Amino acid sequence: MAERDKFKIPVGPQHPSLKEPTSFSVALRGEEITGIDVRLGYNHRGIEKACEERTYIQDMYLIERICGICSHSHSTCFIQGVEEIAKIEVPKRALYIRTLVGELERIHSHLLWLGVAGHEIGFDTLLMYTWRDREIVMDVLALLTGNRVNYGINTIGGVRRDITREQMKEVTRAMDSLEERTKYYIKIASEETTIIKRLSGVGVLSKEDALRFCVVGPTARASGVDHDVRRDDPYAAYSEISFNVITDNHNDVYGRTVVRLKELMESYKIIRQLLEKLPEGPVSVKVPRKIPAGEVVSRYEAPRGEDLHYIKANGTDKPERVKVRAPTLANIQAVKHMLKNRLLADLPIVVAAIDPCFSCTDRLISVRGEDEETPGIMTWENLHSYSVEWYRKRGLDFSKLK
Amino acid sequence: MIRQVLHSVVRKPATIKYPREKTEMPEGFRGRVKFYPEKCVGCTLCMKDCPSDAIVIRKVGEKQFEAEIDLGKCIYCGQCVESCPRRALEVTKEFELAQLDKAKLKVVFRAGPGDGIEKKL
Repeated sequence: MAERDKFKIPVGPQHPSLKEPTSFSVALRGEEITGIDVRLGYNHRGIEKACEERTYIQDMYLIERICGICSHSHSTCFIQGVEEIAKIEVPKRALYIRTLVGELERIHSHLLWLGVAGHEIGFDTLLMYTWRDREIVMDVLALLTGNRVNYGINTIGGVRRDITREQMKEVTRAMDSLEERTKYYIKIASEETTIIKRLSGVGVLSKEDALRFCVVGPTARASGVDHDVRRDDPYAAYSEISFNVITDNHNDVYGRTVVRLKELMESYKIIRQLLEKLPEGPVSVKVPRKIPAGEVVSRYEAPRGEDLHYIKANGTDKPERVKVRAPTLANIQAVKHMLKNRLLADLPIVVAAIDPCFSCTDRLISVRGEDEETPGIMTWENLHSYSVEWYRKRGLDFSKLK
Repeated sequence: MIRQVLHSVVRKPATIKYPREKTEMPEGFRGRVKFYPEKCVGCTLCMKDCPSDAIVIRKVGEKQFEAEIDLGKCIYCGQCVESCPRRALEVTKEFELAQLDKAKLKVVFRAGPGDGIEKKL
C-alpha cells in the first residue's frame, strides 16, 4: 500500500458534525473512505453500576436519564422488567397511558431526527420547520406528564398521573395539526429532487447485511427487515391496537427517512386509537419496596430501535445487576460497513441516519490479567490452543479442527 | 415550497421574546418543591426516596421539623411529593431557578413558632 493510502483523519471526540463525543478514525484514499474505526467511551457515566447502589424507586429516575430523547423508553423497559419479576398486574388504564406517552415520544424523536438529517445535508429550513412543529408535541408532553423531557410518568405498578378529558382533547388537536404537517414533509421527501438525490444511494445496507449486523429499528426496517417489538412481542397496550409496521426497500438513508416519516403517520393513528379505547379504572397499584429474587430480560421498541434491559433482583429493595443494551449499540457497527468505499462527505449524514445516541451506548470494557505484566488479552491462536487444551482435559480431542 | 415562503413572509415569528415575554407552564408542572413545616411529621420518607439526596429533614424542636432543599442537586422528579404521607411537600410551576451564587441554591423552610403543636404522630 502506498504511503498516501494510509492517510488517517480523526473525526471526533469533539467535532462539528457530531452532537455527542465519540471518535471515528477514518482511513482515506483521496476522498474515499477505505477503513473506519469507531471508539466509544467518552461519555461513560457508570449508570449500570450506580443502579446497584440505589433502590428501585431511585433507579427509575436514574434509568430515565440514560437518554434525553428516549427517556420514557428506558424507564418503561426497566419498569416492565421489575413488574415481571414482582408479578404485578398493572391496571389497563396505566398501560394505555404508558403507550400514549411512548408514542408521543416517538413523534418528538422522529421529528427531531428529521431536522438533524436536514441540517446534516445543508437543508436548514427543514430543521427550522420540524423543530418548530416538535414544540407542539413537547407542549403536549409537558401538559400530560409535568415536564418536557424526562417525563417521570412511570412508577412501579402503573403511572403517576391520570389524564383528564380536557387533556385528551388537547392531544387530539395537536395530532390533527401534526398530521397535516407530516403530510407536507412526506410530500417534500417524495417530490423535492435535492433531497432525493442527496440521500439516495448513500449509506447502503442490503437486507443480508442488515441481518448479519443485527441492526434494529428504522435502520433495519429501511433495509426490508420486517421487525418491530411492538408487534412481535407486544408490551403495554400494543396487543390491543392495530397498526402497520413500516418497511422500505431503498436500503439507504432515503429509505430511513421514508420509514421514519411513515412511522409518524402510524403513531398518530395509534394515539387516536388509544384515546378512543382508554379504559376506566385506577392508574396504579401499590407495590412493596422489596422485589423478590429473579431475573428478566425486557424489550421495548424505542424510536431508534429495540431497547433491551436485563435486571437481576435479589430480594432486597435494590437490584443486583442492571444491564442496558441501547439501540445505537446494535446499529453502530453497521455504520462502518455503510461507509466503506464511500465519500468522506457522506460521513455526517450516514452517522446521523442511524439516529445515534452515544450517551445511551457508552460502556467501558476493561481487560484484566492475573498480574499487571501479562494482561489477559488472547490472540486467535492462543484462544484456539486454549480451547483444544480445555477439551483434552475432559477427554475430547479437537486438535485437528482449525 | 413557494406557498410556504409567501405564507412565512406575513406570519408572526414562531419564537417569543423571552425573558420579556413569559410563558405559563401547564397545570401540574414539576418545578421547585415547596415545603409546609406545619404538616411534616418527620417520617423522612422523602429523604429515603430522593434519587439525588437533595432534601434533608431536620428536627428543630418538639414535633417541629424543617427542610433544606438543594435546588442544584434536585432533579425535579417530584418523587418526594408522592412519597409524603402528609402532603407536606408540593411542586410549584416555578422554573427560573438559576443563581450566580451557589449558596442561594440551598433553600431552607424554617418551622414557625406554632408549627407541630397540633400534630399527632
